[in-house]
Amino acid sequence: MTERTEDTRGMDYLESLPRRWVTLYLPLGGFLFVLLFPFYWMTMTSFKPDAELLSRDANPFWIQHPTIAHFEKLLFHTSYPEWMWNTIIVSVVATFVSLIASVFAAYAIERLRFRGSKSVGMAIFLAYLVPPSILFIPLAAIVVELGLFDTRWALMLTYPTFLIPFCTWLLMGYFRSIPYELEECALIDGATRWQILTKIILPLAVPGLISAGIFAFTLSWNEFIYALTFISSSEVKTVPVGVVTELVEGDVYHWGALMAGALLGSLPVAVLYSFFVEYYVAGLTGGVKE
Amino acid sequence: MHKFLDNRNVLGLLFMLPAAALLLMFLTYPLGLGLWLGFTDARIGRAGHWVGLENFESLLGDALARLSLFNTLFYTVVASVVKFMLGLWLAMLLNRSLPCKAFLRAVVLLPFIVPTALSAIAFWWIYDAQFSVVSWAFARMGVIDHYINFLGDPWMARMSVIIANVWRGVPFVAICLLAGLQTISPSLYEAASLDGATEWQKFRYVTLPMLTPIIAVVMTFSVLFTFTDFQLIYVLTRGGPLNATHLMATLSFQRAIPGGNLGEGAALAIAMVPFLLAAILFSYFGLQRRAWQQGGGDK
Repeated sequence: MTERTEDTRGMDYLESLPRRWVTLYLPLGGFLFVLLFPFYWMTMTSFKPDAELLSRDANPFWIQHPTIAHFEKLLFHTSYPEWMWNTIIVSVVATFVSLIASVFAAYAIERLRFRGSKSVGMAIFLAYLVPPSILFIPLAAIVVELGLFDTRWALMLTYPTFLIPFCTWLLMGYFRSIPYELEECALIDGATRWQILTKIILPLAVPGLISAGIFAFTLSWNEFIYALTFISSSEVKTVPVGVVTELVEGDVYHWGALMAGALLGSLPVAVLYSFFVEYYVAGLTGGVKE
Repeated sequence: MHKFLDNRNVLGLLFMLPAAALLLMFLTYPLGLGLWLGFTDARIGRAGHWVGLENFESLLGDALARLSLFNTLFYTVVASVVKFMLGLWLAMLLNRSLPCKAFLRAVVLLPFIVPTALSAIAFWWIYDAQFSVVSWAFARMGVIDHYINFLGDPWMARMSVIIANVWRGVPFVAICLLAGLQTISPSLYEAASLDGATEWQKFRYVTLPMLTPIIAVVMTFSVLFTFTDFQLIYVLTRGGPLNATHLMATLSFQRAIPGGNLGEGAALAIAMVPFLLAAILFSYFGLQRRAWQQGGGDK
């Protein structure tokens, strides 16, 4: 998409420089400042000593005496490393379970065209529109009944409910773009459906798999309400829930440690995202465009 | 055996099995169970008895439940409108020829991908009554003489949570609309220029109609997410001050999980469904009409 930038607005050169500043660079700069400021602020706060945090006189935008005390506290005096580990393991398992289930489902709906596949595809799309905040109460009852309450399994098994519909929908779009003829040739050559799926469709759908995978991973990493409801012991909590429920106790807020926790918890998704921006955006817009 | 597996209905069923099992068990069944719970007096650890419409009647007479409905509608409408306008503006800025466009686009999406609960904590700190950096900056500039009580005053708190929600939602709207803008052929703009169209006319008669289908989908999702928002409120205010920011989702959580009253919480969740359906149907039919107007076929 980026190559087309040259000719999308062919007459931009007619615009005078001052006008460009007022209509483009200034508003864009404003947007960037507001969108990025909370991250800058998180970083500044997490490296500031407490004395500086609670002083109104010092310039708050810069650090006079940087310290890593907050990170030390977080990593060695709280359960933060455990929360991190839980988040990683839950996100990875939920993502893989969802991807595998979605590949089969999408292939069946899009290519096997079994009886009723149209309505199943529609049902998957509707499932995508069911928000977690109306599901968590009955789900909590089910989780308790199954004896999964307060275990990582509760999250690994419930996260696919919002991941599978999204991934299936996205992969259906990718599978649709693979020419039917390829499959027909393979069928004539005597390939089984399994061989077609693993040797032809999947290699061609790798970009789609990456998009769906990245998206599913960030969604699981960010999930909050299920993790808040189904988990109560500190050692099985995920990062977002742990930071919110365990670091915010008492009347004195440890802003430094809180911001350090928020920063460390955001970094993994941000780094992963930075490697796969194009895939992520394709997943985001692909899910919307269909 | 082989023959049997070649049957597309059998194989299709087999392939659907993992996804169907998970979704039926953890999505369809809880949906039904939630509906049932809404008509019972179930509490945590005690199966409920059918009480008919009692939960809904008590919610109707409950001033807090009505306030939460008002808060939710206010929050959704204001945040969605602002997100749409700012998102469209940002998308149009990013669609112009810019240096480092790919990088800018990647950076803009950051608020959307980091965990909301964690960025909400950053907003909580920015909104702090005593040490807010915003208050500090305004005080230094001489705009205000005492620090702003962002989360302490009902209307101030409503606006503050809306701002945090908009901050998170604008990137999503902008990036999706940008994808839509990029599909509009430049020749349409050239033709409009030759016909003497002003910038505003080009926007009104080319950009907007071409973008309508995507706007409808993006805004449906945006409204859906905003209406059912939970974590931002839970982290920033827990519904306070004076319940001014309690949304239906946070109230339903409070009644059901810490309060233990599953039936009433489920009834509140059910009460959200008609609004969600209305939003979805509204955009779905809006979308169809536009597709037909543009000469697209019926699906």
